[in-house]
Amino acid sequence: MKGNEALAVAAIRYGADAYFGYPITPQSEVLETLEALKPWETTGMVVLQAESEVAAVNMVYAGAACGKTVLTSTSSPGFSLMQEGMSYMAASEVPALMINVMRGGPGLGTIHPSQADYFQACKGGGHGDYHAIVLAPSSVQEMVDFVALGWDLAFKYRCVSMILADGVVGQMMEKVVLPEQRPRRTEEEIRKLCPWAVTGRKDMRPRNVITSLELDDDIMEANNHRFQATYREIEKNETRCELINTEDCDYLIVAFGSPARISMKAMEMAREQGYKVGLARPITLWPFPVNQIREAAKNVKGILCVELATGQMIEDVKLAIECSKPVEHFGRLGGNVPAPDEILNALHEKFLDK
Amino acid sequence: MELNKIICPENRVYKKPELLNDTHMHYCPGCSHGVVHKLVAQVIEEMGMQEKAIGVSPVGCAVFAYNYIDVDWLQAAHGRAPAMATAAKRLMPDKLVFTYQGDGDLAAIGTAETIHACNRAENITIIFINNAIYGMTGGQMAPTTLLGQKTATCPYGRRVDLNGYPLAIAPLLAQLDGTCYVTRQSVHNVANVRKTKAAIRKAFENSMKGIGTSVVEVVSTCNTGWKLSPEKANEWMVENMFAKYPLGDLKNREE
Ligand SMILES: Cc1ncc(C[n+]2csc(CCOP(=O)(O)OP(=O)(O)O)c2C)c(N)n1
Ligand code: SF4
Ligand SMILES: [Mg+2]
Repeated sequence: MKGNEALAVAAIRYGADAYFGYPITPQSEVLETLEALKPWETTGMVVLQAESEVAAVNMVYAGAACGKTVLTSTSSPGFSLMQEGMSYMAASEVPALMINVMRGGPGLGTIHPSQADYFQACKGGGHGDYHAIVLAPSSVQEMVDFVALGWDLAFKYRCVSMILADGVVGQMMEKVVLPEQRPRRTEEEIRKLCPWAVTGRKDMRPRNVITSLELDDDIMEANNHRFQATYREIEKNETRCELINTEDCDYLIVAFGSPARISMKAMEMAREQGYKVGLARPITLWPFPVNQIREAAKNVKGILCVELATGQMIEDVKLAIECSKPVEHFGRLGGNVPAPDEILNALHEKFLDK
Repeated sequence: MELNKIICPENRVYKKPELLNDTHMHYCPGCSHGVVHKLVAQVIEEMGMQEKAIGVSPVGCAVFAYNYIDVDWLQAAHGRAPAMATAAKRLMPDKLVFTYQGDGDLAAIGTAETIHACNRAENITIIFINNAIYGMTGGQMAPTTLLGQKTATCPYGRRVDLNGYPLAIAPLLAQLDGTCYVTRQSVHNVANVRKTKAAIRKAFENSMKGIGTSVVEVVSTCNTGWKLSPEKANEWMVENMFAKYPLGDLKNREE
């Protein structure tokens, strides 16, 4: 299946209550697949094509505030429009799942793959001090698996989870194992699991209000401390990173998403040439796998960051190792994707041949 | 007769709705918002929808509506209340979902969300407080500000060449196939307060019947923003606002 299609099916199978979205390449297959599968006739899932990404994200905000399992998907320009809504959701501590299948920018840019929204996703593209959990799939299977992981984490921490995929992962076809169909939560289950949710004052319980507004400075300060405490907790428990051949490596490639797959090949080619190269693939971009990268980089002579961007993740890599080693960037832009030998050449040029 | 014999439940002619809680309202004395809040609370109570009502509050003076009307609330970003209400109602069709929005919220920044929610025939009610000004931010020009009306951002009066025309959005919404009921009311005297209450009741009933979107515009005063006494503000509204925003039903489709 295509990454985008698999993600749509995974959402239905998870027991999603609603999808709200607006078409944009290269992720329109998510909405198209949902409309074709008509889950409202089987699971009762709501699927709605909104009038804009602004409307879509606010529909997601409302659904999440009602304790429902809701998602949206978009690509870079649409993701920009969703930043206000993300900030509101973070401030209201509601659980939601957002997917950004990145294309090249800035501006209308290109419909081809990119990873240039790393800063926007990981450093809080909207206003205020907040974070969303950012998951970076590098296979179609992970497009499926991260739907469940994303929602599980969102409900566990009452935060927004994001799947930050590049256009390659959204568009490529691979075999996948799909999870079993789970039932949607009943209203009773939601009331129990999310006692804060806006579900109407059944049995005249005290009213629930989901708001991001607080004009009392001291309470708002305390709210911010609470958000930060949650973020520290997430950093402690939820950091994920795949390490390959890092035990003995002299050089380390750090890459996520499809560049990690391509870098794997480059790593193998380098090893065939006799160079001990390893690969670290951050799976959570926020929280960034600081400890894992630091550990993997302990004995290396240099680190190459491969990104479909001009160098955004590289800042987190440098911070992780506190600039204790040379860190170089290699990336293609404008929708271009590097071939393995281009990455190998970059390794030679920046480290191996020096 | 002794006073405590007169003041007894049997003689009661008026009671504050229980859903209107005792929190001090932040509205200026004379403001229409408070009256409309009371009507919304009354209607929810009279319909017995206390356990099913979900309000969506705007960004504007009514942002804190959730502190006054004792039902579940969502607080929307500026202009996005109809999108939030859309999701809440579609996910919980048995609930009474309504938005409560000002003219800047509904007819400027949220025009797209308003028109599309109405056009999709979402089974929600939109309560629209048209006071021809941005009350909350200190009296700037609204899309509904009348020609010649002075505000902080048109201090010499609204002019067509600089600011364009006042936007009457209710007729626009009435044209859409998705709306079943679009009405314009006011709350400046008892007779009109009663009519507005009946309109809100009808709108809420429509929402529960599932026959499309209902819009209740309340032509309102913002005496603070208009820099008039409450009484003068009422007079100004009757003299000036009603010409551009005449009261009455614009659309009333029963099924
Ligand atoms: C995105 C955004 N832009 C601007 C504002 C500032 N703002 C707050 S309320 C308001 C106008 C509200 O006017 P109206 O909707 O007419 O409500 P009223 O206060 O008159 O009842 C504005 C511009 C905001 N909060 N958010
Ligand atoms: S500023 Fe105007 S709209 Fe706001 S509370 Fe005062 S009178 Fe009412
Ligand atoms: Mg106003």
